[in-house]
Amino acid sequence: MAKPKLAVWKFASCDGCQLSLLDAEDELLAVAGAIEIANFPEASREVLPGPYQLSLVEGSITTPHDAERIQQVRLESEVLITIGACATAGGIQALRNWADVTEFTRSVYATPAYIHTLDTSTAIADHVKVDFELRGCPISKEQLLEVVNAFLFGRRPAIPEYSVCVECKRRGTTCVMVADGTPCLGPVTQAGCGALCPAYNRGCYGCFGPAESANLDPLLTEWRRLGVDDPTIVRALRTYNAYAPEFRGASENVEASI
Amino acid sequence: MTKRTIDVNYLARVEGEGSLYVKLDGDTISELEFGIFEPPRFFEAFLQGRDFTEVPDITSRICGICPIGYQTSSINAMEDVCGVTVTPEIDALRRLIYCGEWIESHVLHLFLLHAPDFLGYQSAIHLAKDFPDEVQMGLRMKKIGNTVVQVVGGREIHPINMKVGGFFRAPTRRELRALVPELEWGLDAALRTVNLVTGFTFPDLDRNYLFVSMRHEDEYPMARGRVVSSAGLDITAHEYEAHFSESHVERSNALHSLTSDGLAYHVGPMARFNLNTDLLTPQAAAAAIRANLVPPITNPFRSIIVRAIEIVLAFEEALRIIAEYDPPEPPAVEVPPVAGTGFGVSEAPRGLLFHRYQIDGKGIIEEAKIVPPTSQNQPTIEADLHDFISANLALSDEDLTWQCEQAIRNYDPCISCATHFLDLRLDRG
Repeated sequence: MAKPKLAVWKFASCDGCQLSLLDAEDELLAVAGAIEIANFPEASREVLPGPYQLSLVEGSITTPHDAERIQQVRLESEVLITIGACATAGGIQALRNWADVTEFTRSVYATPAYIHTLDTSTAIADHVKVDFELRGCPISKEQLLEVVNAFLFGRRPAIPEYSVCVECKRRGTTCVMVADGTPCLGPVTQAGCGALCPAYNRGCYGCFGPAESANLDPLLTEWRRLGVDDPTIVRALRTYNAYAPEFRGASENVEASI
Repeated sequence: MTKRTIDVNYLARVEGEGSLYVKLDGDTISELEFGIFEPPRFFEAFLQGRDFTEVPDITSRICGICPIGYQTSSINAMEDVCGVTVTPEIDALRRLIYCGEWIESHVLHLFLLHAPDFLGYQSAIHLAKDFPDEVQMGLRMKKIGNTVVQVVGGREIHPINMKVGGFFRAPTRRELRALVPELEWGLDAALRTVNLVTGFTFPDLDRNYLFVSMRHEDEYPMARGRVVSSAGLDITAHEYEAHFSESHVERSNALHSLTSDGLAYHVGPMARFNLNTDLLTPQAAAAAIRANLVPPITNPFRSIIVRAIEIVLAFEEALRIIAEYDPPEPPAVEVPPVAGTGFGVSEAPRGLLFHRYQIDGKGIIEEAKIVPPTSQNQPTIEADLHDFISANLALSDEDLTWQCEQAIRNYDPCISCATHFLDLRLDRG
């Protein structure tokens, strides 16, 4: 039986999430044994034509050309999985969604007329049907391997949607917010990183985006009680998953009250 | 008169999206464009209004391959404006995590992106079918580099432990010592890698480069030092913009850097090696002699050997730092914000990385400027291609296109970084 064909696509991003596949040093050659790496320009000159049984899409939509290109990618893909915060929420570059992009372009480029860009950075799911969204900035390579494995066996990926707090408890890390008064987004952020930041004595900063049924209001009340001012709260919610609906709504509410 | 085109509209085995278009009228190159269509993300714009302590985490998102470079240069700039000097123990830990990044990034480029060109394979996956032991060796070395970044920084991509002033938590001696057996294996593998790449065949190309890199009196440059050139320049990061400037060209979403005299210059492993040969670590120096690397190295295709030498150096330095390790206590120094402008440089795997930030008295960013290595190398890459194509017109379109791609990959261009920053098209009419 022919091996399923894999394509890896890049939109606006840092390359870090597709790099996670090359960072799976122990598994890379095994993955290449089970699936035909048909279109992965970062790794190979050889590009085999579609259709592809599995497409991994990194990055957000920020240009008119990319808005068209993603439609073509969808047509050529049987299963399309988005990987990383840029693809699932618009990424850090979605900060432009609250700004004047003409001004942004002027502040970076001497000749703005050379630059073709949209006013917004948006998630792939805002443009085409997505079969599964893998969160994280960056994604976890273990979760990526789980997603590829689940695809190969035709099952749903086992990716938890609970919060970072669950991982912290499991890891045995003392709560940095309760014990040290360190503001932490862990209670409202989806697990997947292994509760890394609290294990390094810092508060979670939300790389994996909002957890399932995240309840922002009580957490922000606690942040204020710890002495965090509203502009700092807005900045904390507006990072790599700034345009994820729950984080976006909360930051806009706080901003409106300033 | 025959007309030809070289047209590569999506350059492979580089980080990010770039292209090459070359148009030939007979033996004359009428157009040569190394283009970058990676969409702009406007980091310098949205950094305005952010707090100075957030910048290392945010700028790491410019590049998934060299986040330590971005974190280090931004931290250096913030400590510069705030007038803070960190302890030698913090400096040592920064050099250790930077060694990890050099190893993972150089090994990724050498084995997975560049070696397939020299051996005639489409990718490392294809290469692994005929050279399984070598590719496995590369993957294991790369993993060691990633493990160093992970142990010191929390994770390999966008690490979370670096901050302005130092680290959130200092790794324990035991955590670092656990790395030693693999680092020792890695040092030996790096020496074997030097032998392996020295045996490759190198296309002819020798150019008279202006090399620019950092230099530090005590050590081969990574996280700290001054900026020097092969023309005798010796300046601090504060003076960088008086000597180098960026311009915006239509074909590229990256800005092109030139010297203030309008000259192209060369940053990265070859520049560092040529300007710091006297500071190589013992085994790296001995390996360079065995590989017959006599500075200045001026054939850019030989940069793969220099990269292998720097992998040896990074393994040696990592082992030395761990042997001497004294955990910084506290892990970070306090850095209260001071209004003003700070300048920071460091040697990312691909070369000099410059940052400048203006902050107010509360630490809020008023202005940000970032000059990544690939935009500095872009005019030099085009000049290399010009000379290389002119000397190799007899090659078939297929061979010429592939070797042009290889010439671009000599620089391990990181296009995601340079967009603020590639597609290859060869047009012979």
